[in-house]
Amino acid sequence: MNSREQILAAVSKNQPALTPMPEVPFFQLEATDLVEKFTQVAVSIGSGVFQVESYEEIQEILSNDFKIHHRIISHVPELAPFADTTPLEDRHRHQLENVDLAIVKGHFGVAENGASWVTEEVMGLRVVPFICQHLAIILPKDSIVPLMHDAYARIGSAEYGYGVFIAGPSKTADIEQSLVLGAHGPRTLTVFLMG
Amino acid sequence: MSVEGHTKDHAALADDFNQDEPRVNWHDETLWFIREKRDRAAFAIPDWEMLRETASQIKFHTLSNLSQYLEQFEANAQANGIIVHWAADAEEHNQIVHSILQKHGVTQMVKSKSMLTEECHLNDYLEQQGIEVIDSDLGERIVQLAKEPPSHIVLPCIHLKKEEIGDIFHQHLGTEAGMSDPQILTETARQHLRETFLTRKAALTGVNFAIAETGEFVVCTNEGNADMGAHLADIHIASMGIEKLIPRRSDLGVFLRLLTRSATGQPITTYSSHFKKPRPGHDVHVVLVDNGRSVQLGREDFRNSLKCIRCGACMNTCPVYRRSGGHSYQSAVAGPIGSILAPNLDMKKHADLPFASTLCGSCSNVCPVKIDIHNQLYKWRQVIVKEGYADPKKTLGMKAMNMVLSSPQTFKLSGKAGRWFMKTVPFLVSNKMNPWYKQREMPQPPKESFGEWYRRNRKSNE
Repeated sequence: MNSREQILAAVSKNQPALTPMPEVPFFQLEATDLVEKFTQVAVSIGSGVFQVESYEEIQEILSNDFKIHHRIISHVPELAPFADTTPLEDRHRHQLENVDLAIVKGHFGVAENGASWVTEEVMGLRVVPFICQHLAIILPKDSIVPLMHDAYARIGSAEYGYGVFIAGPSKTADIEQSLVLGAHGPRTLTVFLMG
Repeated sequence: MSVEGHTKDHAALADDFNQDEPRVNWHDETLWFIREKRDRAAFAIPDWEMLRETASQIKFHTLSNLSQYLEQFEANAQANGIIVHWAADAEEHNQIVHSILQKHGVTQMVKSKSMLTEECHLNDYLEQQGIEVIDSDLGERIVQLAKEPPSHIVLPCIHLKKEEIGDIFHQHLGTEAGMSDPQILTETARQHLRETFLTRKAALTGVNFAIAETGEFVVCTNEGNADMGAHLADIHIASMGIEKLIPRRSDLGVFLRLLTRSATGQPITTYSSHFKKPRPGHDVHVVLVDNGRSVQLGREDFRNSLKCIRCGACMNTCPVYRRSGGHSYQSAVAGPIGSILAPNLDMKKHADLPFASTLCGSCSNVCPVKIDIHNQLYKWRQVIVKEGYADPKKTLGMKAMNMVLSSPQTFKLSGKAGRWFMKTVPFLVSNKMNPWYKQREMPQPPKESFGEWYRRNRKSNE
């Protein structure tokens, strides 16, 4: 008997009598203004949040910190030429190491935890939102859902190779519980709520 | 510190830890601070208890149908292009990882946090095979450089002070002597590990949740190290215990709300990464590890422990953990949850752990999946005594106590003798042979027992 069969046999023999899958109750967020709640939580976990109406406005805000000498990449065509929108190839992923700013479109945000749902096809490459020094995510303003239950209801059975909830800049508090932003991933996260 | 060949038990190591009182107080307060953050996060959700109950029931349902869910996960993961391996024990897990690396000619690997690989002693094994492993979680990298195991499952170097970390960095990463600013130390580690991420062909990560319905798995980090490793490497190996399964993608809604609020008080980790398919042209391997879990599943009193989602809340709240430190448990998973998991792996070696508790029940109260941890600690004590693994001193004491308490005559006599000794020759009890005398004064002996008082007063009232 190989290990697979051995494990499965031991598990079937030892697992308790089948209990029913519970009904997941309907959970509700107390706050009613989703944009306000999202903003408040996102800021509390270290993100910057701006409400904008256009891509021009986004570029204007970002150009305060990012200049011509910075390497800025994006998979959003509307952001050219502010950002380099040349399609990325997997074999060149290590060369993204010197990217200062990456701008990606997120699918939606979650009010209770300030997270944005981002999948592979909007990133360009999976490593983009991690390897960049700074990250900006653009979300439709009317896309904020209240809770994580709503988030998964919205994702449903969507197909993706890779997807991630991103909530804030990369961080660590491993040294004496002192919070430091910019552990391995982006040092800052800016979320633009557009619409 | 080696986990093999215990020469001291938990109580003895806790004693050592307690030699430095200010340091113990600091450790205690740091963990309590995290417990308070957890409380604030939990109390902000009015439905918290309903959420815990739902999570508990989903996990229990999963355990009751685990063999099917494992097969379903395997089939769906394979359909997604993931290569699935099965490991009966730690040794097989390590061999599988090694064979994958060997096949690709890889001699250096970057690893993100995985308590399972600590449990399997993967790093030691691979190093013996000539493979270098670098841990990329900051806390794990720090303890790796210090040649110590993690002392906490979520906060691996919570036992170290920043000055000590500064010394470790000075020695290994060339920071200025005496530099202990967390900002600067973190930045140094960032630069050092970025180089590692960029040059490794294989990355190993743990798994927080695996979804039977979709064949995907979820990894949660704050630092982004699991993603940096996995997305830059050619090969991604994900090691998981078989109890990490949950049935449906939507169940993540329940678990991701509970996990980080319970762990650190954050609303969610910075990254909750869903790995469903390999990048075109690259390999993703999942290693499903049993290593005693199927045995624990068969222990009716203890199977609930397999619901654990490794948040560490029980450790942060435990008065014994906070005042004895993670290393005193000599187990990859320390604290209350470790103390009910470890005896399943090796009852003799970990016979001390179920006794490392006051049975106050705080662990069970904070557990996000409602494991009855303190009840299980109590039940393990009974199993361990029955199997003959209890500390002989404890067994002797229990026997003496049994003799005294089972006869009213002996009970009365011993009470009298005790009071007389404490009054007349106090040094006989107030010495270091008596564990009750440690760090506290003995109480004043009462003049008479309740029995004596009662007899006297009843007489006078008649």
